[in-house]
Amino acid sequence: MSKRLRRTRKGAIKVDLPPEERELLRSVVGEMRAVLADGDDPALDRLYPVAYPKDEQREAEWKALIRSELSDHHAAALAVLEETAGAESIDDEQANAWLRALNQVRLLLGTRLDVTEDGSERPTTDDDPRGASFALYDYLAFLQDQLVDALA
Amino acid sequence: MVIVWNDPINLMSYVTFVFQKLFGYSKSKAEKLMLDVHQKGKAVVSNGPREKAELDVFRLHEHGLWATMQHDE
Repeated sequence: MSKRLRRTRKGAIKVDLPPEERELLRSVVGEMRAVLADGDDPALDRLYPVAYPKDEQREAEWKALIRSELSDHHAAALAVLEETAGAESIDDEQANAWLRALNQVRLLLGTRLDVTEDGSERPTTDDDPRGASFALYDYLAFLQDQLVDALA
Repeated sequence: MVIVWNDPINLMSYVTFVFQKLFGYSKSKAEKLMLDVHQKGKAVVSNGPREKAELDVFRLHEHGLWATMQHDE
């Protein structure tokens, strides 16, 4: 696949996505937002990690204080990706929001798919029902890597 | 202190980028921390009073990294 996101000489980040990939990103945002709003998918725990593993009381205070703010920040990144999924180019702030939004979706998918570092969970046959999810997971990583490169 | 733990989902390039962006670390320092996380399972990424640690953890969580905090031992 050719490069989708790159820094131009003028400083902006050029978004070179075919229409169907832009549409895919919008639909992924829609799904992610629904999961966030619903709030009871067990894979969501990965988006709200434990901060104080050794201190139950502080952890409870932390969650009470932080969870909705963190949720707002997750949603804000998704909103930027949705609004700019059709853009010709994005600025650094928008690219940072893209990175966080793409990462949220990868965390959710990766948790659901039980990904491991050695890749032993990967489908070995073409008719594996998880094939499409793995393809999306890898595609989002492909975009994320290019964004990191562009922002570095 | 703030600890980041290894996970199989976050990209190595992304983790390095987040350490540079949030903490202002050089690329080589950020890469070293990322490799510590990856190879040793965790790394201490910042130190400081509780308020600062909580802000750091919040920003790491905002970026999807698996970060926790504890008192220095």
